[in-house]
Amino acid sequence: MVTSDFEYLAPSTVAEASRLLSKYRGEAKLLAGGHSLIPLMKLRLAEPKYLIDISQVKGLSGIKDERSAIAIGAATTYAEIESSALIRRRFPILAEAAGQIADLQVRNRGTIGGSLAHADPAGDMPAVVLALGAELVALTARGTRTISVDRLNVDLLTTSLRPSEVLTTIRIPNLPARTGAAYKKFENKASHYAVVGVAAVVTMGAGGVCTGARIAVTGAGPKPVRAKRTERILIGKELTPSVIRRAASRAGAEIGDRFNDDIHASSEYRAHLTAVMAERAITEAAARAK
Amino acid sequence: MSYLVTVRVNGVEHTAHIEARLLLVNFLRDVLDLTGTHVGCDTSSCGACTVLVNGQAVKSCTVFAVQANGADVTTVEGLAKDGKFHPVQQAFWDEHGLQCGFCTPGMIMTTVALLKKNPSPTESEIRSGIRGTLCRCTGYNNIVKAVQAAAASGRMP
Ligand SMILES: Cc1cc2nc3c(=O)[nH]c(=O)nc-3n(C[C@H](O)[C@H](O)[C@H](O)COP(=O)(O)OP(=O)(O)OC[C@H]3O[C@@H](n4cnc5c(N)ncnc54)[C@H](O)[C@@H]3O)c2cc1C
Ligand code: FES
Ligand code: FES
Repeated sequence: MVTSDFEYLAPSTVAEASRLLSKYRGEAKLLAGGHSLIPLMKLRLAEPKYLIDISQVKGLSGIKDERSAIAIGAATTYAEIESSALIRRRFPILAEAAGQIADLQVRNRGTIGGSLAHADPAGDMPAVVLALGAELVALTARGTRTISVDRLNVDLLTTSLRPSEVLTTIRIPNLPARTGAAYKKFENKASHYAVVGVAAVVTMGAGGVCTGARIAVTGAGPKPVRAKRTERILIGKELTPSVIRRAASRAGAEIGDRFNDDIHASSEYRAHLTAVMAERAITEAAARAK
Repeated sequence: MSYLVTVRVNGVEHTAHIEARLLLVNFLRDVLDLTGTHVGCDTSSCGACTVLVNGQAVKSCTVFAVQANGADVTTVEGLAKDGKFHPVQQAFWDEHGLQCGFCTPGMIMTTVALLKKNPSPTESEIRSGIRGTLCRCTGYNNIVKAVQAAAASGRMP
């Protein structure tokens, strides 16, 4: 398959990339790992006139310790996340989730920023980053903007990033003491995309009662969502198996009648999987919170 | 648009004028005549097109050749040295890790990358390490044996 022809631009700085993106507004696309965009271009579902390759831009990839947070460059690949000692120590859920994405080859190219910007409804990172309460930094020709991850996902393949914005950094704030995090997915056996995936971040108080929970669901509906009903059931309670099961059974509440229904799974099956994966993720997160 | 690129392939520098949309796999096969790298699915699913770019395994049907400008690429043709098989090639031969051979170049390049990251993988690490490269013939058992034999050969560079 041959894509439409395009002009290839390889800026060396983020500022230059963002300038090019504004200059060719509407006709240009950023190219990071290319593992969502190139397949779309081959199908001619995307035909950008200009491709701005950000994979070589200095300062756009790598993982920095900011003490109260870690900052992951948007062009950091899954392979880099999976093997980072800093991430394994501070946010093992990120390394665990990255290691479950696709395969060795795809993980060498695919980037966390590309995944968040593309917003595939079956993507893994969008859910993990949502549960971790990340803060996103985007750059335009006019300056930078910080976006809470809670405001990122708008709809299927749609985020609140503006067409001229380059996502530069994913900042993950430190978790409170006695917090555990886990990501569980039921994967498509061929692509390894999430049929349903649930990321759970759970904080336990000194008295053995849950004091905080962020649960995010991907694959189930058009976009990743927080399972707020589930979170409210967990908070203030001891996390016994029956409490976890009852909370998990409500993890699809926010998706309502918008469960995906496709060749991979029916909407009924996805609704069922949402509860099952939520129960597994919360159970594991709670065990790690001790 | 035409672009002038220089790519080092199996240690030899090649410079060519190419269209931006030329895929790396087509650059290797059609421009350089290195047809060892295969195209199976052309949709990033099968891994038959796997090559190493700067030492990392990638599906070359999902990378534009312009993105490899200045890079070091290794294909299956670059593995044998002085007429002697690379230990991974030898292991696939010895353990009969192939039948029709269509997936073999990609499988071998995937194995080279896997063993570089993890020189003595368990069976389950092998199976998950090669999961992006599909074989329709062997049922994988002899491929796993070949990877184990290469790891145990003590000859991995
Ligand atoms: C065979 C296969 C299996 C896969 N399996 C999985 C899986 O199991 N789980 C999973 O989560 N994903 C999976 N993926 C998708 C993969 O993770 C993609 O790489 C990822 O979703 C997109 O990242 P990218 O860096 O490749 O982005 P690209 O394809 O380069 O870009 C995607 C979109 O994001 C935009 N973009 C990229 N970077 C930025 C930025 N910094 N700022 C603003 N916009 C940006 C681009 O313009 C483009 O529109 C799979 C892909 C393949 C081919
Ligand atoms: S031909 Fe590239 S992955 Fe199948
Ligand atoms: S040997 Fe035939 S596809 Fe693997």
